Amino acid sequence: MRPFTYQRAATPAEAAAAARTSGARFIAGGTNLLDLMKQQVETPSHLVDVNHLGLDRIEPTSEGGLRIGALVRNTDLAADQRVRRDYGVLSRALLAGASSQLRNKATTGGNLLQRTRCPYFYDTSMPCNKRKPGSGCAAIGGFSRNLAIMGVSEACIATHPSDMAVAMRTLDAVVETIDPAGATRSIPIAEFHRLPGNTPQLETNLKVGELITAVVLPKPLGGKHLYRKVRDRSSYAFANVSVAAVVADGIQRLAFGGLAHQPWRVERAERETRPEAIAEAVLAGARTTKQNAYKLRLTQRTLTSVLQEARA
Amino acid sequence: MTDYHFDTPAGPNPIDQQKIIGHPHDRIDGPRKVSGQAPYAQDYRDGISNIAYGFIVGAGIATGRIDRIDTREAEAAPGVLLVMTHLNAPKQGPHQHDLAPQLTGPEIHFYDEAVALVIADTFEQARDAAKLVRISYTPKKGRFDLAQERLNAVKPDEDEPDTSTGDFAQGFAAAPVQLDVTYTTPDQSHMMMEPHATIAKWEGDRLTLWTSNQMVHWAIRDVAGTLMIPEENVRVLSAFVGGGFGAKLWIQSDAVLAALGARAAGRPVKLALARPQIMNNATHRPATIQRIRIGTDPQGRILAIGHEVWSGNQPGRKIENAAQQTRLLYAGKDRMTSHRLAVMDLPVGNSMRAPGEAVGLLALEAAMDELAEKLNMDPVELRIINDVQFDPEKGPSRPFSTRKLVECLRHGAREFGWSKRNPKPGQVRDGNWLVGMGVGSAIRNNLSKNSGARVTLRPHGSVLIETQMTDIGTGSYTILAQTAAEMLGLPMDRVEVRLGDSRFPESAGSGGSWGANSSTAGVFAACEQLRQQIAQKAGFGGAELTFRGGQVHAQGRSVSLASLAGKNGIAADGTIVFGDLEKRYAQASFGAHFCEVGVDRYTGETRIRRLLSVAAAGRILNPKTARNQCLGGMTMGVGAALMEECVVDTRFGYFVNHDLAEYHVPVHADIPDLEVIFLEELDDKSSPMKAKGVGELGICGVGAAVANAIYNATGVRVRDYPLTMDKLLERLA
Ligand SMILES: Cc1cc2nc3c(=O)[nH]c(=O)nc-3n(C[C@H](O)[C@H](O)[C@H](O)COP(=O)(O)OP(=O)(O)OC[C@H]3O[C@@H](n4cnc5c(N)ncnc54)[C@H](O)[C@@H]3O)c2cc1C
Ligand code: SF4
Repeated sequence: MRPFTYQRAATPAEAAAAARTSGARFIAGGTNLLDLMKQQVETPSHLVDVNHLGLDRIEPTSEGGLRIGALVRNTDLAADQRVRRDYGVLSRALLAGASSQLRNKATTGGNLLQRTRCPYFYDTSMPCNKRKPGSGCAAIGGFSRNLAIMGVSEACIATHPSDMAVAMRTLDAVVETIDPAGATRSIPIAEFHRLPGNTPQLETNLKVGELITAVVLPKPLGGKHLYRKVRDRSSYAFANVSVAAVVADGIQRLAFGGLAHQPWRVERAERETRPEAIAEAVLAGARTTKQNAYKLRLTQRTLTSVLQEARA
Repeated sequence: MTDYHFDTPAGPNPIDQQKIIGHPHDRIDGPRKVSGQAPYAQDYRDGISNIAYGFIVGAGIATGRIDRIDTREAEAAPGVLLVMTHLNAPKQGPHQHDLAPQLTGPEIHFYDEAVALVIADTFEQARDAAKLVRISYTPKKGRFDLAQERLNAVKPDEDEPDTSTGDFAQGFAAAPVQLDVTYTTPDQSHMMMEPHATIAKWEGDRLTLWTSNQMVHWAIRDVAGTLMIPEENVRVLSAFVGGGFGAKLWIQSDAVLAALGARAAGRPVKLALARPQIMNNATHRPATIQRIRIGTDPQGRILAIGHEVWSGNQPGRKIENAAQQTRLLYAGKDRMTSHRLAVMDLPVGNSMRAPGEAVGLLALEAAMDELAEKLNMDPVELRIINDVQFDPEKGPSRPFSTRKLVECLRHGAREFGWSKRNPKPGQVRDGNWLVGMGVGSAIRNNLSKNSGARVTLRPHGSVLIETQMTDIGTGSYTILAQTAAEMLGLPMDRVEVRLGDSRFPESAGSGGSWGANSSTAGVFAACEQLRQQIAQKAGFGGAELTFRGGQVHAQGRSVSLASLAGKNGIAADGTIVFGDLEKRYAQASFGAHFCEVGVDRYTGETRIRRLLSVAAAGRILNPKTARNQCLGGMTMGVGAALMEECVVDTRFGYFVNHDLAEYHVPVHADIPDLEVIFLEELDDKSSPMKAKGVGELGICGVGAAVANAIYNATGVRVRDYPLTMDKLLERLA
């Protein structure tokens, strides 16, 4: 960990303004950022603590949805009565993530911005375009068993590991932000995470110093909410593949985790009925390695299982 | 020190009373542990002031040479006291074991090998400065892929890499039923909770090491040999160890570098390996390729059995002796085993829990399941008809001391409801779960090692035990106290136990499951000695003695121990010295594991539903701590079957998944209620305690029971461990 300066901001605008230099980072729960700093994968010169901005509430919106403060802890969000009743897919996805200790610290904003778990990204002796642009990608041709098969590039095949974001994608959540100049905007979750392309180091469409203030959920869809996370052990493991499903009258929304550097959702596929047809549309254009090709079959079969349960 | 020679089978002795031994006494160190009062290596404070912190810089390549190493920036960083590299490291002695000596030259032998040591005022400063050491290398091509290096493997220079009885080739060729299968097991990491950790402090030319170590006297020997100082000048303290599983049998880089750093800095130094360093910088269990051939008659009686093993290691290092159990487990006239070793450039391989058997049985016991299916036989019956009560390589002249494999299998089958197993795979469903049952036999060689202790009867009649023995979470404190309490007729709370200090009598240490039996036998020997001294002092001559309620009785008289202890107490040293009973009798503990799994029919995820182990391991000194050992072993066995694997990047030559988020061991949710049953057994050839090793028996054969259950559930046989979903998925309907 490199030495850094620390500042506790009192308001969102102050926090954003304090983070306008490129060496600054917000710190929320710290469950991801601190690990990365210890390994010197991240070396911020200035930390802006956003834990005291009053962004820790979940409130109803005038449109009948919910506004989730960026600092609401994963544990609290998963346990919220309204979330459990109306957005079950989100509650389930959160509870499938990490461990209870981590969820107690992890925040809504931090979860969206957690970085990939690609093991080469964490090892500073290894080439990695995401960590060090232009150095190459050690994962291509290496240990790629749990890396992405959709939306990958020659530069990077990392996944985004969040479970929460996958559920939010089925709900068409919207991310609200404020920038260092004090301007606010709303970013649909579909446009929030970027695919790697030639710039895997750019992971979201946030600008430097832009602070997430909330995530807004539109009004409830009703129906059945499922989150199925397939993993190598029963708990405390990242998804090999996950499926978030909201199925109601005339509604079939499906998003997938473990496949790409964003929650993977192909709206066109949702018009299909047969799981095989849906999977085919969802996985169109997949690019696999020898080690992660199993994800094709796994996605299709997991989807079959989920739809069976959702439609039962 | 009085030697107690154990050359003939044990007769009746005070341990047989089993008033205290054999009872499920709570750990006497439990309250200290749960209240944070039990000091582990890094916790010591008393007498250690002005401490500095060390951090190891590991090599960023696996093979090659350091061209340039620039430490200026690191040295100039805040708080840094010194940076040591091969350029300024003091001269050290020759290679000892594992990772001693350190920083000996510019050659890189494996990834994350220490190339520099940074000492600073704080841990954070040391870690930060470690990243400022600038190194340029000339990398060299390395050998990282066992499947390829197998072709270059040679017969290793070891005791007994090969065995052969009868004529295997002919016997196998002539056998009416033949099985020829090859299994692989991956590299595995110990990943004990407490990392390798040391505090080193010099006073003049005397060194004290508080270190996390299983074998105190080996540590002394290797530290002294490395630093080229007399053994008397080294003191090692290892009173509590947060798990070792073999990783701490020998000293690792932490001990050597803490000692070197402390001497150079002129201050005590604290140094622990970071979690990622445990996998690559320290030792691991090497991967294996195992070919098993078994030939039987149509009734399933084994005629020929062969087990060949290939593993790799750094030059001059050991094999993974995965065929050793095949020498003893089943009958058969024509037999062979062999081990071949390939020189590789992966990190150093060495003992991990039940070295040999743990992975050997993953292959052998799965092969037995395949054989049973071939023969259309029940897998339990196949094992039973191939039981043998003597060493099948040496013949009836070398009988087993005790062997209750058949009883374990039968008892387990009954308790588990084995008769409900559908022999046809893929038939049982529970919702989306495909359900199956599997069995695996367990065998673990019983090893013993001479072990000493000092037992002191203190004024007021309490007793103190002192021995170098360690407690690596196993329960040594408790069973040693139980032994003395039994021998001297005292309640448990009158016995105090101190362990892990090299100033105490040398002991067996903790390793190879020899610890419990050997070290309690050492305390037994010391207590025998003390009993004689007490008798003498009480004027009982050679009379029959009874120790009860803090008194000694003989010839119609009772004398209290407190009064005999006087002001100065009575101290007795004793050492158990094992003779050749181990050679004359085959000695091993046995067991059988029964497992039920569910495999998700869509995703191939496996979840354990039930797991039962039945074990016969001589006298069970404390059923609670022994059970605890088995539970740990079973959990590790599940891990070996389902998830544990150090993933090798064969281009860069290292284990990629080097943290606990990526190197998967079972979590609570993976482990259902486990059940352990001990069969009653006394082994009078093992020691006066009549006990045998149990710690490693718990892991032996478990993974195969899981694998066999997966096959029974799905009809898919995977021969490459671990059995992860991707391997099953391809072949699931
Ligand atoms: C061992 C382990 C296992 C895990 N398993 C899972 C899992 O299975 N599934 C899963 O989904 N997650 C998992 N996680 C990840 C965990 O969910 C994240 O670490 C956590 O959500 C991050 O939240 P945080 O508040 O601690 O973020 P921090 O670590 O504080 O921050 C993370 C990043 O977000 C930025 N940031 C934080 N808040 C804001 C804000 N309001 N606006 C702008 N930027 C912000 C920070 O600058 C930083 O770059 C695991 C983590 C660990 C360590
Ligand atoms: S996949 Fe991406 S994160 Fe992983 S090594 Fe390649 S560039 Fe880095």
